[in-house]
Amino acid sequence: MDQFDVAIIGAGVCGANIARKLSQYELDVALLEKEVDVSLGTSKANSGIVHGGFHDHIRTLKARLELRGALMFDRLHEELDFPFERCGILVAALHEDEMKAIEQLYLQGVENGVIGIEMCSRERMLELEPTLNPDVVGGLYAPSGGILEPYRFVFSLVESARNNGVHLKTEFEVESATREAGFWRIRAKSGQEISARYVVNSAGLLADSVSAAFGAERFTIVPRKGEYYLLDRSTKAKPSRVIFPVPTEDSKGILVIPTVEGTVLIGPTASPAQNKEDFATTREQLEHVLHTARMMVPSISENDVITSFAGLRAVYGSDFYIALSEKAQAFVQVAGIQSPGLTASPAIGEYVKDLLKKAGLRLVEKSTWDPYVHKVPRARDADPFALDALVAQDPAYGDIVCRCERVSEAEIVAAIRAGHTTLDGIKYYTRAQMGRCQGGFCTYKIIRILMRETGMSFDQITKRGGGSFILKGSL
Amino acid sequence: MKELSFDAVVIGGGAAGMAAALELDTRGHSVLIVEREATLGGILMQCIHNGFGLIEFNEELTGPEFAQRFEEDIRNRNIQTSLRTTVLDIREEGGLKAIYCVSPSQGMMRIEARAIVLAMGCRERTRGNIRIPGTRPAGIYTAGLAQRLINIEGFIPGKDVVIIGSGDIGLIMARRMSWSGCKVHAVIEILPYPSGLTRNIVQCLDDFGIPLYLSHLVTNIYGKDRVEGIEVTPIESGALMHEKAFRIACDTVLLSVGLVPENELSRNAGIELQPATNGPWVDSTLMTTMPGVFACGNVLHVHDLVDYVVEEARRAGANAAAWLSGYRPARELRVKAGPNIRYVMPMRVNLERENRFYMRSLIVKNDARLEVRLDGAVVRSRRLAHVQPSEMLSLMLVPEELSAAGRDSTVEIALL
Repeated sequence: MDQFDVAIIGAGVCGANIARKLSQYELDVALLEKEVDVSLGTSKANSGIVHGGFHDHIRTLKARLELRGALMFDRLHEELDFPFERCGILVAALHEDEMKAIEQLYLQGVENGVIGIEMCSRERMLELEPTLNPDVVGGLYAPSGGILEPYRFVFSLVESARNNGVHLKTEFEVESATREAGFWRIRAKSGQEISARYVVNSAGLLADSVSAAFGAERFTIVPRKGEYYLLDRSTKAKPSRVIFPVPTEDSKGILVIPTVEGTVLIGPTASPAQNKEDFATTREQLEHVLHTARMMVPSISENDVITSFAGLRAVYGSDFYIALSEKAQAFVQVAGIQSPGLTASPAIGEYVKDLLKKAGLRLVEKSTWDPYVHKVPRARDADPFALDALVAQDPAYGDIVCRCERVSEAEIVAAIRAGHTTLDGIKYYTRAQMGRCQGGFCTYKIIRILMRETGMSFDQITKRGGGSFILKGSL
Repeated sequence: MKELSFDAVVIGGGAAGMAAALELDTRGHSVLIVEREATLGGILMQCIHNGFGLIEFNEELTGPEFAQRFEEDIRNRNIQTSLRTTVLDIREEGGLKAIYCVSPSQGMMRIEARAIVLAMGCRERTRGNIRIPGTRPAGIYTAGLAQRLINIEGFIPGKDVVIIGSGDIGLIMARRMSWSGCKVHAVIEILPYPSGLTRNIVQCLDDFGIPLYLSHLVTNIYGKDRVEGIEVTPIESGALMHEKAFRIACDTVLLSVGLVPENELSRNAGIELQPATNGPWVDSTLMTTMPGVFACGNVLHVHDLVDYVVEEARRAGANAAAWLSGYRPARELRVKAGPNIRYVMPMRVNLERENRFYMRSLIVKNDARLEVRLDGAVVRSRRLAHVQPSEMLSLMLVPEELSAAGRDSTVEIALL
């Protein structure tokens, strides 16, 4: 049985940041993921925003980690391979009575130490964002807010962690655990077993059942659904900054987000989910998304819709729950990480490292730690001369497999070699199948490349592992 | 970066592109076909059913056979092709048009052309476009993707199938899936009449006992890993009858809910598009708003028969050749889609030549009348036994019929 110093349960954005942080030290670390690939849970279906640091007061843990995390992204962007841009965030007030809330957010932002935060007049708002509803009365501007591709962020964190020695075990769904002679013995549903001295529970929606399996604190994670529409990059309704409404009690509201790759995302809703696997979108909620988003950006059209999807927030209380367990030994809880979890995640990595140290884990820095990953060139980012040079090195860059998002065969192959061997994994790594034709033109090509590169047969190709088989037979 | 130069470049090597290139070659211009796939023929290559060429060759051919006749002509005449080549950009540079494209064997190429014919075809509308809520399991494909998977790749995408939309590809696939041992449980159409050709309803559904639900909407898709079923809700007097909704169990959903001209290149080049067709605005010579750039086939508007595509593409090729030789239409009038007509293609009539128009009805009607009006006065009236949106209408106008036209006259085509 494999023995580790630390086992991290859940390879979402928190687990990935914790794993990468721990990879800096002389430790044997296992990153356990129940799905076939990393980032397939809450970390895949969210707004992809580096928040502005004004939504929560600095006395909360989540605000402190958000503020710290937000500052870490420039360096991470330099070291890793994920698209990120500080496009700025606007909060738009559409009625005079909302200006009171804007003022409160502004003051909170100032108190939190947010750099460059600005209260704006109607004119200033429209100057910053001409797509805004001309009836806007004023708002807030946080220039440091940004956008990123959340799954690419996780993929790259995990790649970096693995390059530095972390063991990733996918399809490892924790079933039970026992404490024996200073080690946690962890059993997966598949029958696999590992042992680890310390365990981090970053299992997202399932953090409650993982905690129970270790005999740690009893709590309940409630799934709260967020539904989104994705709009074509050719939409006229493409803002240059993220637009928030004035927030309500339980959510930051429905946003209009220019994604870092050029499409537009509108959402999310906030409604109770039926269970932790309820990723179904509903007509009512999606109509609500369109209606509400249009109040801020009136040019949004249902004709621009490419697809819809839903994500589930892991809700537990009003703040993050990140602490050493008081009931289970050498067990760290990282639970209830909803918004601004993505923003806070790099700081959560550091915070958990410190908690583990406090619990007695010896941290010796590796002299060989390499923070950089190889950046895979992307055909759509290359100018004609750069693309010509790429094709000269690797002709597969000249084969454009996905016309809508301009993804070359070379990038599909890079995704597969990085371990993303499902159609969804390849989609999140490359954007192929993510554009306006939704895979209509490229799915069969990707299937062929997958079969060629991995030796899989047609009936092993899945959308995202498990029983999500794409093909049911052959002629 | 490789630099090339031609009189004309045709973008797309399907039926439209090949037909246009042949006309340009016939008229003595150097021409290059740029095609992103490894073969010419486009979508025809996966259409292994017959029914192609009834007008063009007066016989029934399969898609590949139809394509082959054009391809042989292209080869025999040594018309140049650049296969596996994706056009990334069309730009105007120094009075010429430059096409930036890439291929694995040639790398980036910059091709200068005096004229361009756009023949990129169309794409299928998706689940997202028609906004069906529910889960996102494996097993949801456009009908064209399923056709490619079965007919060329040799894979069967699913066994228990429901087809959403009664477009022609969906109907053809209902038959194809049945032949492959799959059970097609239903075809669901939101409109009160089918979207596909009548002959396909008969040959592909009726002959196989596949039920067609008209005025029904798919309101949900179920399934976690793979599709498990759909919810269907009847529409009565324009309202969804939620209490009459029912479920159909299936493992596969195929979508045949319309086609959209693929004009991302055109749009990025600054060519004006028009909402009624999603294709470029064109004058009587099928020239777009970028001088010297012509459009034909499904990139211009969605056709229902390849025979019409080829006819239109020949005109575009011939007009591009004429344009290269200096011809410019001296007198054009605006052509307007009148009552019950969705669009008329092209949007200008040439007062010096014969004009072929294609148009689509907005209504289903027996014993209809097609009227051509010049400034409100009827200059032509034609009886039509039956019209419906899925069957494209065609009309030829000669200059003599419009002899009364003044400088600002408008031609209107109406369906009554």
